Amino acid sequence: MTGYDLVVVGGGPAGVAGALSAAQAGLRVALVDAGPRLGGQYFRHRASSLPSGRGADRFVRQCRALRTTADLLLDHKVWAVERDAEAFTVHGMAGEEERPVTLTCRSLLIATGAHDRPLPFPGWDLPGVFTAGGAQALLKGEGVPVGRRVVVSGTGPFLLPVAAGLAAAGASVAGVFEANGLLGLARHPMLAAGKTGEALGYGAALARHRVPYRTRHAVVAAHGSARVTHVTVARLDPTWRVLSSRTVECDAVAVGYGFVPQIDLAVQLGCATAHSADGSPVVVVDEGQRTSVAAVYAAGEPTGVGGAALAELEGRAAGLAIAHDLASRSGGEPVPGVLRRRGERLRAFARALQEAYPVQPGWQSWLADDTLVCRCEEVPVSAIREAMDLGATDARSVKLLARPGMGWCQGRICGYAVSCLAGERPQATRRPIVQPITLGCLERIEDEQPR
Amino acid sequence: MNFEITVDGRAVPVVAGQSVGAALHAAGITSWRSTRHEGRPRGLFCGIGVCFDCLVTVNGRESQRACLVRARPGDEVTTS
Ligand SMILES: Cc1cc2nc3c(=O)[nH]c(=O)nc-3n(C[C@H](O)[C@H](O)[C@H](O)COP(=O)(O)OP(=O)(O)OC[C@H]3O[C@@H](n4cnc5c(N)ncnc54)[C@H](O)[C@@H]3O)c2cc1C
Ligand code: FES
Repeated sequence: MTGYDLVVVGGGPAGVAGALSAAQAGLRVALVDAGPRLGGQYFRHRASSLPSGRGADRFVRQCRALRTTADLLLDHKVWAVERDAEAFTVHGMAGEEERPVTLTCRSLLIATGAHDRPLPFPGWDLPGVFTAGGAQALLKGEGVPVGRRVVVSGTGPFLLPVAAGLAAAGASVAGVFEANGLLGLARHPMLAAGKTGEALGYGAALARHRVPYRTRHAVVAAHGSARVTHVTVARLDPTWRVLSSRTVECDAVAVGYGFVPQIDLAVQLGCATAHSADGSPVVVVDEGQRTSVAAVYAAGEPTGVGGAALAELEGRAAGLAIAHDLASRSGGEPVPGVLRRRGERLRAFARALQEAYPVQPGWQSWLADDTLVCRCEEVPVSAIREAMDLGATDARSVKLLARPGMGWCQGRICGYAVSCLAGERPQATRRPIVQPITLGCLERIEDEQPR
Repeated sequence: MNFEITVDGRAVPVVAGQSVGAALHAAGITSWRSTRHEGRPRGLFCGIGVCFDCLVTVNGRESQRACLVRARPGDEVTTS
């Protein structure tokens, strides 16, 4: 017998909304998340507090309701999903003792979010350099600012809450350096309507803390021996080539050039993917968040990075569609028109943002021969160029010759940069194991009763 | 509630609920391992378990991501 009607992987805004709307429609639902608390990235919070930010009250209400209507498996990492004719088998690991847990279900919702997309530059592997999301996670989830004097750099509106959060926590923010031009945001007709209020709020917070905000500027090198002590900040031309540079002292750096959707489970199951406006592979879904594989749904960042509000909306749409589909109701789209139209607006907004804050090719001119591109396998730019000289024509052949992406993180951090250097768009990678597992855990799977 | 863990024998304070990595970083320890080939220092980078820069040994369990493992009273952390 199949244990659950639905297993949701991911407890961020998308997963929680999806699990709740499916459970409220009467389905037997389990939600699995690797973290100790629901929230995902946007609603990440400390053990002693509740989530904050836009929509937090609503999220807290959803979590309360979910606790009484669905099974919550927190501290559970999903490392693979298998499919046979009738059901899915979800393999996870529970707790620090890494106990194997097996769930079976009739349908699956992938709501695994995204991770940061960093770009390499000389010194980016020095301690004290963080991804922008990592700096935010440390602050929101742990109450620890990354440094006393912090430089924030990269592209996109996400830099603003990161800088504002650090400043509010008492760090001195030595500058926010946005590599793209001034207000790609405000120029865009779509954007004027939407989120300018939120951006202005962060702008005011930065002004209050006297944080300089510079466009067409970026951190192009970090310096120090045991940890970062200063950075080179460059003024950039529109393609991000360096025009001039200066030194800024700091003990931490937060850099972010967008996000990479986490689509491993969908790729494992054979779901069709496409490229989003910012070049990332994303899972293709229809109006009911259905992927190309029957009974597999995706919501939130795996279908394209669009922020917490869109993630929640997609989660709800998925929950409704799953309930509809499992009841084998034919005809009629289960997702109400008003939800669909709001989703379309938010997706158009997300696309506009990605177009307003593109990664420009000039970042490659920041690299020195010995700049590491792959941090895990310590592969420098020169080795990647050698592989290209030897005849490698894409990221995969570069990987085989020079080993970038072969280490612990399996290319999650360097994949985008390696693809750009190899002259192609990042492809959806097939990682048979989504989370590292111990042999001990593998060994004990047989003893485990599927739920 | 605050408590301590030891890191290579040194006491490091923890605010309950914090990860081992956050406690280390808050205590001013920003790097705690060196890379295999070039011996480069590494600490936290992605903060969410994706980059594997922050590996530590916790109570004898090797290769744990310090940003994910929650610190518990009396934990013994060793680094390489
Ligand atoms: C580090 C980081 C910090 C961010 N901080 C902010 C912020 O402060 N403000 C903001 O507006 N946006 C932030 N974002 C952007 C964020 O991606 C979205 O706005 C929003 O959180 C997306 O919601 P989601 O439900 O799609 O995914 P998420 O909120 O990312 O939730 C995904 C969940 O899936 C879980 N998961 C993933 N893989 C597995 C697995 N294999 N097994 C079990 N569980 C798994 C994760 O633990 C996570 O809880 C951040 C992104 C990142 C990467
Ligand atoms: S900081 Fe990236 S895995 Fe821990």
